[in-house]
Amino acid sequence: MAAHHTLVVLVENRFGVLARVTSLISRRGYNIHSLAVAPSVNEQFSKITIVVDAESTPIEQIVKQLHKLINVVEIAELSPSDSVEREMLLATVSAPSERRAEIVELVNIFEGKIVNVGHDEIMVTLADPPDKLDDFEELLRPFGIVDVQRTGRVALPKLSRSVAPLRVVESA
Amino acid sequence: MNPEVFCFPGLLSARTFRLSHHFPLKPKDPAMSETLTGAQALIRSLEMCGTEVIFGLPGGCILPAYDPLLESPIRHILVRHEQGAGHMAEGYAHVTGRPGVAMVTSGPAATNMVTPLCDAYMDSVPMVCITGQVSRPAIGTDAFQECDTVGITRSVTKHNELVMDPQDIPRIVAEAFHIATTGRPGPVLIDVPKDVLQAAMQWYWPTSIDLPGYRVQTTPDALSVRRAAEMILASERPIIYVGGGVLKARAVEELREFAELCDMFVTTTLMARSAFSDEHRLALGMPGMHGNYTAITSMQRSDLLINLGARFDDRVTGKVNTFAPDAKIIHADIDPAEHGKVRRPDVALVGDCKITITELIRAIRDLRAGGAKEGERTVWKQTISGWQENFPLTYEVSDPGNALKPQFVMEHLRDSAPDNTILVAGVGQHQMWASQYWKFKQPYSWVNSGGLGTMGFCVPAAVGAKVGRPDATVWAVDGDGCFQMTNQELTTAAIERIPIKVAILNNSYLGMVRQWQEMFYEERYSEVYLSPELPDFVKLAEAMGCVGLRVDSPEEVQPAIDKANEINDRPVVVDFRTDESEKVFPMVPAGLSNDDLELAPSQREALARERSKWSR
Repeated sequence: MAAHHTLVVLVENRFGVLARVTSLISRRGYNIHSLAVAPSVNEQFSKITIVVDAESTPIEQIVKQLHKLINVVEIAELSPSDSVEREMLLATVSAPSERRAEIVELVNIFEGKIVNVGHDEIMVTLADPPDKLDDFEELLRPFGIVDVQRTGRVALPKLSRSVAPLRVVESA
Repeated sequence: MNPEVFCFPGLLSARTFRLSHHFPLKPKDPAMSETLTGAQALIRSLEMCGTEVIFGLPGGCILPAYDPLLESPIRHILVRHEQGAGHMAEGYAHVTGRPGVAMVTSGPAATNMVTPLCDAYMDSVPMVCITGQVSRPAIGTDAFQECDTVGITRSVTKHNELVMDPQDIPRIVAEAFHIATTGRPGPVLIDVPKDVLQAAMQWYWPTSIDLPGYRVQTTPDALSVRRAAEMILASERPIIYVGGGVLKARAVEELREFAELCDMFVTTTLMARSAFSDEHRLALGMPGMHGNYTAITSMQRSDLLINLGARFDDRVTGKVNTFAPDAKIIHADIDPAEHGKVRRPDVALVGDCKITITELIRAIRDLRAGGAKEGERTVWKQTISGWQENFPLTYEVSDPGNALKPQFVMEHLRDSAPDNTILVAGVGQHQMWASQYWKFKQPYSWVNSGGLGTMGFCVPAAVGAKVGRPDATVWAVDGDGCFQMTNQELTTAAIERIPIKVAILNNSYLGMVRQWQEMFYEERYSEVYLSPELPDFVKLAEAMGCVGLRVDSPEEVQPAIDKANEINDRPVVVDFRTDESEKVFPMVPAGLSNDDLELAPSQREALARERSKWSR
């Protein structure tokens, strides 16, 4: 995915808040590429990381509309160039004994992990920037991917030596 | 109506409400701890928030809340359909500035409330709606009269909450009123399960409101205000484009002072009618699809649009990329999401309109004191008065014996209305004629459904307006199509002694749709003809306890209006049988530029001459 925006939305940790955020985004006609939700450092709040396609989405309008939700506390917009992004992949790969070594080698090259082993399948995992996950998945494909699951993207601003890196999109 | 700023009773929060009156009820001692049912806590919380009237209809899940209502000083108005309760709450809020309160049960009652909630959301009307919900253990089981009210109403409310703990009731009610009335106002829904209403709780009243995600910026940035003031002074063809935000902010006086200070003409959108007196020398009236020529064209030709609390609605702008092409934009709105949503402003002022206009006035005075140079506006003023003279609102008066013209009815209604009259309209042709031909003098004397365009709004909204302002005469101008959607609330009005007056501009058609089919579908009339005979509106009115009158010819108009104006003990319905072929002009056809507006047939030649002048 070429151009995208990552929004890190701090929300009150209450039921229904995720539905408010996602339904607002879809109601305004925008498309969510990926989504990750987890409690934040302060358990009163949760962090929602939303990746949206930059070309089709007027980011300023989406941020302003999100700000209008009563349970949204803060929104930070991260561009790929000034943030560290991670996704995680879990994949079950067909691994008959004669090909198992090749798969293990591939996993080692990517610094992934083998987390479960079956009779003729193995389960591998990798947590890395999304493009690296794409490559990994592509290279696993010839072995026969039985099942694959990727998480939504999470991101934090790159640590900088100058000014505060987190650009909080100001609203009322 | 003088605005008064005061604190929420019992709340120590620094945030304040601006409403037109003090809360009428004395809050009970908040320190006293006692055990109440959730239902008692709900009603007491509504009292604490100053509720004087609830529009509603009881049913299974909300039943427990109706019991303590018997002991409460709050007046309850029993409607005939839940949609009526919602529009009544809106009408009440429009004329008083206080949040309207509606209370209904779960399931179908809640879904009937969706239309008024959406209407209130689109027009930023402060409203608090209480819905019953099935008991907590039954939620999610498809129980009788269960629906996902919070899910369904999420996108049509400013906020909504499902109460899962009776102990939360006072807090959630206090928050609901706070959210509904501050910032950009809007509807808030509280969904209360039946067993939450029945369960015991320890009464308390919140001493502060803690909403970490809710911030309202009321004062605009000083630098932007200064830049705006400089642009205003330098402009040669400025127009003040006023929206409903000025009324919501109760900034009518400030607007007048601001317009007079710089001698700038003012257009008032459909939602802003009555924000600026139509008799003022600087008033240009309504712009937009059915605005008058001068209001539309002055905005098109302006070099500076000062948007105060309006939102560049498509009905005002016409084709957006041809709207006011030479104008720089100053956009004042309390909702930052409006800035740049449709048209990118040159200066965005985030703040309350009352404060913003006050700050602009001060900045302009400062600049003038410093000897700022001002734009030359003589030619502009002459141009505008030329337009006003050449292109007034007009219609062809019918010959005796011919069909009655709706505009003729509006003129007579206007000229016979007492000074304190509130005009309420439904949606369609009659709404446009009402807005065009009325001369609004007092603020908050106009109630209509602008954003959502809800047919059926008129009768219940008029009932709500009359409840809020019993001293005022309330004239509801409705169409025969709209009237048939919600007229059952006239029974409510008759029983509750709410003497509104309804003028039906009855052309036996869904008139606005007919107009579009005539103009844009080659007169192929599809499903727009209602009936000239059915229902008999006089009999219908009488059956509901109202006085019913029927007017067929021009000479009967005035006597019928006089008679209606004299009746004050019950609602009156006057069925004006009007010309079915009459169309609303001017008109900017949908999707076209405001430059392509069509005028009444009698003005078309003059318009062609005027256009050739501008194209040169």
